[in-house]
Amino acid sequence: MDFSLPEELVGFRDLTRAFAAEQVAPHARKWDAEKWIPDELFSRAGQIGLMGVTTPEAYGGSGQGLLAMTVVVEELARWCGATALAIAAHNGLACGHINIAGNEAQKQKYLSKLSTGEWIGSWCLSEPHCGSDAAAMTTRAEKTSAGWVINGQKFWVTNGKRAQVFVVLAKTKPEPGSRTISAILVERGTKGMEIGEPEDKMGMRGSDTVPVSFEHCEVPSANLCGELHNGYVDALKVLDRGRVSIGALSVGLARGCLEEAVRYAAERKSFGVSLHEHQAIQFKLADMETQIEAARLLVRQAACTHDSGRPDKELSSIAKLFASEMASRVGWDAIQIFGGAGYTKDVCVERLTRDNKLCEIGEGSSEVQRMLIARAQFARRQAAVA
Amino acid sequence: MKDDSATPVEATASFGYGLDEDHQVLRDSIREFARNVVAPGAIERDIKGEFPREVVQQLGEMGYQGICVPEEHGGAGMDALASAIVVEELSYADAAVGVINSVQNSLVIDPVMRFASEEQKKAWLPKMASGQWLNAFSLSEAGSGSDAGAMKCRAELKGGEWVINGTKLWVTNGAEADVYLLFVRTENAERRNASCLLVPRQTPGLTVGKHEDKLGIRASSTVELIFENAQVSNTNLIGKRGEGLKIALVAIDGGRLGIAAQALGIAQACLDKAASYALQRKQFGKLLAEFQAIQWKVADMAVRIAASRALLYKGCWLKDKAKHSLHIPAMAKVFAAETASLCANHAIQVFGGMGYCREAEVERYLRDAKITEIYEGTSEMQRMTIGKSLVENPGRIVATEV
Repeated sequence: MDFSLPEELVGFRDLTRAFAAEQVAPHARKWDAEKWIPDELFSRAGQIGLMGVTTPEAYGGSGQGLLAMTVVVEELARWCGATALAIAAHNGLACGHINIAGNEAQKQKYLSKLSTGEWIGSWCLSEPHCGSDAAAMTTRAEKTSAGWVINGQKFWVTNGKRAQVFVVLAKTKPEPGSRTISAILVERGTKGMEIGEPEDKMGMRGSDTVPVSFEHCEVPSANLCGELHNGYVDALKVLDRGRVSIGALSVGLARGCLEEAVRYAAERKSFGVSLHEHQAIQFKLADMETQIEAARLLVRQAACTHDSGRPDKELSSIAKLFASEMASRVGWDAIQIFGGAGYTKDVCVERLTRDNKLCEIGEGSSEVQRMLIARAQFARRQAAVA
Repeated sequence: MKDDSATPVEATASFGYGLDEDHQVLRDSIREFARNVVAPGAIERDIKGEFPREVVQQLGEMGYQGICVPEEHGGAGMDALASAIVVEELSYADAAVGVINSVQNSLVIDPVMRFASEEQKKAWLPKMASGQWLNAFSLSEAGSGSDAGAMKCRAELKGGEWVINGTKLWVTNGAEADVYLLFVRTENAERRNASCLLVPRQTPGLTVGKHEDKLGIRASSTVELIFENAQVSNTNLIGKRGEGLKIALVAIDGGRLGIAAQALGIAQACLDKAASYALQRKQFGKLLAEFQAIQWKVADMAVRIAASRALLYKGCWLKDKAKHSLHIPAMAKVFAAETASLCANHAIQVFGGMGYCREAEVERYLRDAKITEIYEGTSEMQRMTIGKSLVENPGRIVATEV
């Protein structure tokens, strides 16, 4: 049992923390208003290894595990959920899928560009009519003599506006079932692919979310990423890991809210004393910190099960569910502590709280997580009961 | 792990609460004892308010009553994590047995190990560790619970003997204990006015008063102690005169982990009972487990339990590393206690009418869970501890190495 962060991660964390304070914090409000994070931010992030956190060093990455990913994501999210989401999706979903399933040539070609931030990656799973039940997708890829022809529409594609490479999940067998889907790499500018306008979102506004449609979009055979018909299986592995990152994102957002609220509760006076002298406020702060601590422990613990090669999927769901719902509670409490000021955009807590709502929805909604957790709990006991 | 209460606590990860082999072996053996020996009598002991004498005697014989006592003093020489595991597993079967063990270890043995002289330790610890002595901790009074500094019970030093007068309340294990770790006012000063004495049960002038008739943990006794010119030797003074309250606070700090472990054990029992029942009971032609309404309760219980365990184990880890933390044990206690109550309520709801009856045991879990929100620092006291220390040291939010 060990609850200390390995020394090299403390260094990596401090580097990310400084980057977030200097490069992200001053601009986060503007990015939220303008619905766009400038591309330069990602090349700068690439310079310190944030664009290939879990990508092996052989392909220009930092060669770290999921634990490192949670540390990076928390530090970025403390100031800006959108930045953390864009970088987490790039690392975890796009690079993550290629890392898990891609062949040597694909890794050489794509990961080396993605690791530096020269290229941004996107991952296309959801569709207009299927989010949580992704296996019900209708986008299909048909084999021709020249390669693959993709038809269909993808929705909620994070980073789609700026990405150069897309990992597209598509049906390669018409019948239902989980082994009927494959992952295919599509480069930006491929004929037949159209990238739509970004959604106007409640939060995470600096991170672009676009629809991507494919109409007779043809790519070479070599672009199949992973085994044929095994794409959904790989996608689930990607999602299991992604959940842990989303949990870390919520921890970072909640931490931002707590840091701001603690500062304000010391400065602001009411009835002649600092806000934090009132038990009503002190108890809120205590509950906020307790929940953040517990969430961080779950997130890091879950990450380590992946790093040890024995991923605990249930714990990943538990971490994501607890952290994302925790951060909403903490966010609303922080707004309450700020009172009227917290309701304005001069204070970042309303933005961080808006950002967090996505964490209760994306990469498996809270409802999906509860379903998975309950299923695991029942499965474990089934034998004892039978 | 394939048994019905499998929890993801194997040592698979470099970070977090994976148990090493020693602790896994300990958990398995105390679990077996708790489920086979402790659990069967729990309903009856609860109804009768009957102290589990035989169980406690066996716990002593097996070394669980002095789990952290060094081997040189006759104990098992294990750590805070081991102690928490024992309390969790015992509380899973019967929370009253859990608190009897927790008081023995964290409220009495722990402060004795820290503050008693070598001579005192040599004389007392082997008896405590073997279970020959059952320990109790006596701090609260009618007018001072959370606010321990306001105590009225006094002791005066006369010719090498402390003469004690006054009344103490809510003494857990009090009716059966062989020794009491007593906190009494010895000085007139406003602060640093209490001292800590080890008082044997047989001391003339000491009588056990009213037995409380409690909502839960009914198999553990909670009594009043009346001191009328009770005398103990000055050699029973632990630590320095006037510094008793410091000892009490350190004991309670450690005790928080014990109560968090007790709450966790109750919560885990609620989840196991509810989930197993949901796999057997049918309504509308379907198993309860197939309804999302029930799945949601099971998931929410599992999540809160995992979070409680993480906080508790981190608290134990800090204690074992001798890294002082006021707030992590407080977090573990308040979070686990409220988790136990939530889980007990959920479990009763899953059982429906059956859960409202004693036989299903889940109603006892709810009654037992309530005390974890109250004793050894109420939830309000824990929040004060966390909140105050946070506003005094806001920098700790970002110091997340530990």
